[in-house]
Amino acid sequence: MKPAPFKYHDPRTLDEVLSLLGSLEDARLLAGGQSLMPMLNMRLAQPLNIIDLNRLEELTYIRLGDEILEIGAMARQRDIEFSDVVRQAFPLMYEAVRHIGHRQTRNRGTIGGSLCHLDPSAELVCVAAAVGATVIVASQSGRREIPFAKFPAGLMTPSIESNEMVIAIRFPIWKSGHGYGFEEFARRHGDFALASAAVLLESDGHRITRARVTVGGIAPQPQTLLAKLEGRSASEALFAEAAESCDALEAMNDLNYTSDYRRHIAKAMVKRALRKAYGRVSKH
Amino acid sequence: MAESRSISLKVNGVSYHEDVEVRMTLADFLRHSLELTGTHIGCEHGVCGACTVLVDGRSVRSCLMLAIQANGREVTTIEGVAPSPTELHPIQQALREHHGLQCGFCTPGVVMTLLEFLKDCPNPTEEEVRVAISGNLCRCTGYQGIVDAVLAVAGGKRA
Repeated sequence: MKPAPFKYHDPRTLDEVLSLLGSLEDARLLAGGQSLMPMLNMRLAQPLNIIDLNRLEELTYIRLGDEILEIGAMARQRDIEFSDVVRQAFPLMYEAVRHIGHRQTRNRGTIGGSLCHLDPSAELVCVAAAVGATVIVASQSGRREIPFAKFPAGLMTPSIESNEMVIAIRFPIWKSGHGYGFEEFARRHGDFALASAAVLLESDGHRITRARVTVGGIAPQPQTLLAKLEGRSASEALFAEAAESCDALEAMNDLNYTSDYRRHIAKAMVKRALRKAYGRVSKH
Repeated sequence: MAESRSISLKVNGVSYHEDVEVRMTLADFLRHSLELTGTHIGCEHGVCGACTVLVDGRSVRSCLMLAIQANGREVTTIEGVAPSPTELHPIQQALREHHGLQCGFCTPGVVMTLLEFLKDCPNPTEEEVRVAISGNLCRCTGYQGIVDAVLAVAGGKRA
């Protein structure tokens, strides 16, 4: 029996969750449990109340709208991985999800849990930053939308109140035929990534017309590279130049890895992801 | 006072109704309440994969699930895998033949992971096998025996 005692709540509807969140003291939401359960087992977290979201069917959807992919907070990483809709409309996410932990953890882990946990190395966090997703948050007093760039308040801390919860995430979809590439480096497949890169590209056949390069894993939050790619022709030299701009990024410095090393790995990931994305972009 | 609730679930086809403390993990419930000690506990924080079981056919780490979350679900543990007490499941047989285990501590988790994996991906490449078992730590085999066993059982005739 590892977790310290808590009071357990298993609401069936979002309204019930929000009313519990509004009234209970020291409550933690239990989504897929792939981060909170270890913290409970190790007693790093000892909340008085656990609100289990796993009976909430209404937040498990994956819905494609007009240039928007909306995913309910309780959609499991596995469901995203095996979704044809995601694979077609947002292949970057499909590629990224396959790097998350392992099959056994993706079977439980949710997108909402991953975004709220905000681990610096989290693939979904990097993807959400890459496309500028919108986080939809609810409380008893209503809903609000938070642009993903403003979602992190600090290291592993989302900017939401204790009576609020993330209910869904909206991802803008790039036009069909765009190039995409997600690359990460971890010492073992499924481990926390040391650096990751997410690239999205569009081209008119001659030049890159739209580009977004995002680096995750090296700092508390993902960072967008300020490389100038638009209006230029793709080449190894251009990719190398873009990768060099990782020098300007913030990078954590700790016992395991220095900031220089993290930036060095990030450069390699950026180059690989750019190559991959350009190889996939429709050239007309 | 620790809170308890009663749960009903099926484990290896058998129905159980039990009172559980709400903070009890599924792994502890299987081992201590049902005395199904084939599910092993290694790290208790979701890293080693030894406690892997199937819940409604999907492999999960039972140390990262509460027993109460299995209410109404069907759980399969290593005890429910072999067709009879004297026969091994083909995956178990292959592990035995290819030196896919030594001390055997990680093996129940490996077998449960492979059961789901081979259902989703019946004819995997070596790379796919290596990725599939990356969530199960094995300190004896160096994995090569496990990989050989999976490729043998998947190919059937390839062995």
